[in-house]
Order: sequence, then C-alpha cells, then structure tokens
Amino acid sequence: MAERILRVNMTTLSGAFEEVPAPWVGLGGRALTSAIVAKEVPPTCDPLGKHNKLIFAPGLLAGTPCAQSGRLSAGAKSPLTGTIKESNAGGTAAQNLARLQIKALIIEGMPTDDSQFYGLRINKDGVEIAEEQALVGKGNYEVISTLMQRLGQKIGVLTIGPVGEMRMSAANISVRDPDGNIRSHGRGGLGAVMGSKKVKFIAIDDANGPGVAIADPEKFRSAAKTFAKAILEHPVSGEGLPTYGTNVLVNVLNEAGGLPTRNFRTGQFEGHDKISGETMRETIVKRGGKPKHGCHAGCIIQCSQQYVDEKGEYITSGFEYETIWGFGANCCIDELDTIAYADRMMDDIGIDSIEAAVIIGVAMEAGIIQFGDGPGTLGLLKEIGQGTPLGRILGNGAASVGKAYGITRVPVVKGQGIPAYDPRSVKGIGVTYATSTQGADHTAGYAVATNILKVGGFVDPLKNDGQVELSRNLQIATAAIDSTGLCLFVAFPALDIPETLVAIIDMLNAKYSLSLTGDDVIGLGKQVLKTEHAFNNAAGFTKHDDRLPEFFAEDPCAPHNVTWTMSDEEIDEFWNF
Amino acid sequence: MQITTKLFASFRIGRFAAMPQSWPAGATVRQVVDQLGIPEGELGIVLINGRHVELGERLNEGDTLSLFPLVGGG
Repeated sequence: MAERILRVNMTTLSGAFEEVPAPWVGLGGRALTSAIVAKEVPPTCDPLGKHNKLIFAPGLLAGTPCAQSGRLSAGAKSPLTGTIKESNAGGTAAQNLARLQIKALIIEGMPTDDSQFYGLRINKDGVEIAEEQALVGKGNYEVISTLMQRLGQKIGVLTIGPVGEMRMSAANISVRDPDGNIRSHGRGGLGAVMGSKKVKFIAIDDANGPGVAIADPEKFRSAAKTFAKAILEHPVSGEGLPTYGTNVLVNVLNEAGGLPTRNFRTGQFEGHDKISGETMRETIVKRGGKPKHGCHAGCIIQCSQQYVDEKGEYITSGFEYETIWGFGANCCIDELDTIAYADRMMDDIGIDSIEAAVIIGVAMEAGIIQFGDGPGTLGLLKEIGQGTPLGRILGNGAASVGKAYGITRVPVVKGQGIPAYDPRSVKGIGVTYATSTQGADHTAGYAVATNILKVGGFVDPLKNDGQVELSRNLQIATAAIDSTGLCLFVAFPALDIPETLVAIIDMLNAKYSLSLTGDDVIGLGKQVLKTEHAFNNAAGFTKHDDRLPEFFAEDPCAPHNVTWTMSDEEIDEFWNF
Repeated sequence: MQITTKLFASFRIGRFAAMPQSWPAGATVRQVVDQLGIPEGELGIVLINGRHVELGERLNEGDTLSLFPLVGGG
C-alpha cells in the first residue's frame, strides 16, 4: 500500500484518505508540514480562524527499526508568533501514524457551533469524529489514562488541556509516551489551533494497519546498525545524555556565564548547584526514580527520566534543562521539587514549559509575584489552567504579559520567549533566535554545541566572528533532520563522526529506493527554510523582525559584561544562501 | 599561587566538586588535569574564569578552572 494523506474537515465533520500529491512524496516531518502550510494556509489568515490548518507528519524514517526515529512534527500558522510553525515531539504517535501509512494528517475548517468539542479516532479505515463531553475541561494525564481504558493500552494519543481549549497562545499539544505519560509539541501555541478546531483529542489505533514498507531491508538494517553504533560511541549521546539528562547544562552554562538569571539580568545563578543535572541525578537515584528513560520506542539515547518525590512517587518525566533553567535561574527558584511540580502542572493543563518559564519571569519583573516565589509560581500556573482574567494574560505568552504591564525587559523574538542561553554571552544562538523562521527557538540551530560544548569544532561564544555562518549551517542541517523524524540529538554524533550522516542517507535510500546524496539532504534543509521564510514574508514579516529586544544591546550581562553587538547588516547576511 | 578547581558531571566521581589548590606560579591547565588523573581525551569543556582555553594555558593567582567531560543537551 502507498503512503497516504488523511484529511479531516471540522466544518463538515468528515474525513477521508487522499493520494499523496507528487511534490510531497519525498517529504516528511517538518519539510512536509511546512510544505502543506505554505501551499494551503493563507499567510495572512487569523491563526485561530477557519482558514488555518493543523498538520501532523511523522518523519521520513518513522516506524522503521532506525534508532531515534520517533519524532512527530506538528505545523500550522502560529497564534503566538504569527509565523509558520513546526514543533516536534517524541511519544508514540509518529510510529502509530507510520504503521497506518499516514504520511500527514491535515485538520482544517472549524465547527460552526463553538460550544461542542470533538474526539477524533483514527484507524486503518479512516477517521471517526464524535462529540466529546466527559473529557472536556480535563487535564492531559486524565485524558490519556481515560482514552487508554476506553480504546486500548496501545493507542497513540494527541491531546490538549484546558489551556488549548481556551485557545491561549502558549498552549501545547501533548503526546502519550510509551509509559502513558506526556511529551509535548511545546512551542508556538499549536494547542490553541487544535482548540480552535474544537478537537480535544486524536486517538490513533494502528491495529491491523498496513505497517511500514522498506524497499531494501538488508541495506536498511546494515545502515541502522552503523547509525546506532555511532550514537552509542559518541560521549554526548552515548554517555553524557543518558547519565545526567539535558539538565547537565545548568552547570555548563552557569560556568560559561550564559545562564540567563532573574529574567535575563545576569549570566550566573547563585543556586545553580541545587538545580543542576548532577544534583538531579543524585536525587532521582536516592529516591528510587528512573534516571534514564526514552521518549519513544527505539530511543537508545534515553536522555529523559522519571523524577519522583521523597516517597518515590512519580511527579514528572521529560524534565528538561530548559524548564529547569526557566523556573530555576530565570525565576530564581532554587528547589528542584517545586520546579518538578510546575513541570507536571504545565504538562497537565497543556502549556509550553519554555514559554511559561519566560512568562513567569516577566510576571516577576512586572511585580505580580516576587523573584524566587515558588508557591506564587504554582499559583499563577493554576490561574492559567483555570482561565482567570490574569491567567489568560499570562497564558497568551511573555509578550502579552510585557504589554499588559508596560515593561520592556521582555525576552522574546517574533513574540516567542527566548530560552535558556543568553544571546549576549552565547552569540551564535543569538543569531538563531533572531533569524529563525519560528521565533526565538534554540533547537532551530543549536549553536550552543559549537560555542560552548565544543561539539562540531569551536567558535568563540563571546565574539561575533563566524556566528552567522555557524547558525546558518546548523539551521539548514536541523531543518533536514527535522524532516527525517530523527531526534535532534543525533546531531551530536553527526557533527563529529562522519559515518553518522552517511548512515542516515543510506537508510533514506534503502527505505524509499532512492539515490540521495549529502548535497540532496542539505538541499532539502535549504528548501525547508526558504519555504518557511517565504510564508513569513507573505504574512507581513520583514528583516526588521529578525532582531533581538533592545535591552540585550544596552544592558551588559555579567560575568563577562557583554552586550549584543551584532549589526543589522551582519544578521541579514543569514538569508544570503 | 591559589586557584580554585571545579569539576562537573562524571569528573566528580571519586574526586571533588570544588577545591582551592596551591600551584607554583606559571602552572598550566595540563598540569592540573594530569595531577587529577583525568585522561585528556575525556575532556570536553575547559574554562578559566568562564572563558574557553586550551590545555597549555597558564593559570594566574585567583583563577577558577572549570573542567567538564564532553556533555550536551538542548
């Protein structure tokens, strides 16, 4: 059976399979969500209106035995940024869709009756759309456990919490992970788009599906083996990430002076050791939690973990550096347990934990609560989930809070909160924040690797030289990786071990009977960026939007006392490719 | 001269997190690393006062030397 598109129309409450149009045949993941948004969504449309579309696409390697291939891309026009958006997540859904040979799920239109939510049930025969009452207003944990009881333990689930139902711009989409817990399409408010379509959840049952076809299984197996070997051999993916998780970065960035602290006032946090990856691992081991854990079947890096309380009871998983930085250093809360409860609450109500961290930092700046106030932070998150008037101002993003309270220290680009690396002392990532088609997004071109971690060479983080080129190369490579459905952390071995990229290309060729070269893959990455950039330009964005907030150029960041000094002309060179 | 050496991640195992140490003037990063028994191939990030340096870099009175294995996240 050939791969197919499943198109769901929420105006007519109907859905059907379609053939994959020729231009989309070779695309997957981000390349496909962005191609579909660019072709079918009017760039100037209201992101919460009927003309926007929500797209899900597994990557090109989804559902195969290739390690790390379980990421699912979600795309739409973002209500947070107004730009095109792709946000990818782990969990089981990419593999469920791939086993049904669904290359993309397109959700379009919206019901005329705004009072009713729906649940979508996808299986080998298509989609059933049913009115949903019981789960409306419920958190994501309850939605997932209820659906597993209703429909079977193996179903894939995509769901929104109350924040998505209320169409707040920071709402995320949750994905069930292999243990029934939560991973998230975090950034850009895609949960609000799902809420605007009145879709509470999407359940995916791949039973008796056609399965995943591989043209040359022998060649595929051999390349997959080489690929897995490279991942396990590289010290970052093979040892560092499984041992300490991504949170090892708290101490790295603190030492390097790039850990944004107190809403981006300085680059070092006094309480860093109490929230560090080293302390987190010790705490998890002592309490009997799981220090390593994969977000999808086939993950051999296992950077995730299950964080437990003093009695050994589960609090949260997928407890990431960016979240811990955000509530830790950025909001000056030096208690891991408080941050873990915040993480759990955010997963449950369905809000992006990076945006929420920047939101709370700005709320502290505005004096709504004081820096360091853990209980106050949990209280504000609760208000967001309840949709109180203050909760809605907060839930619409850091820029919304800054505007409501008339303050200028608001770390956002194109309306999206700046994550865990200060652009003044990690200048390469500053270029990525400024130029990314997604708004401020560290994953779009992770220059931290080369600026700070010394992976893929070294470019001095405190100088402007070489940063634009570094960010450009990384953004192109990342757009390609995001299209394969591979976890971005394969970039660590790929930057240092040449066999890694060869193996990825061999797998693509073996699966689809192609003869792609390295240049083709780079070409794909460039094409994705140019498609996204053209959409943004047509939506009204210009080079003048590729800028960091003013305060970065004016307020020096300790301990290096550096400001953002990249000229507009230098930044604009980014698009010269 | 007095310097402070800070170790992170797996480098702490069987060693320490942070320790003030006396070294003769002109000592290099390599000497400190050798004395700690850390194989050079395991070194990821080497910082003096928060700035990346090479192993041959000389230390000065009051410096903080931070040593990390190759780690990453994001």
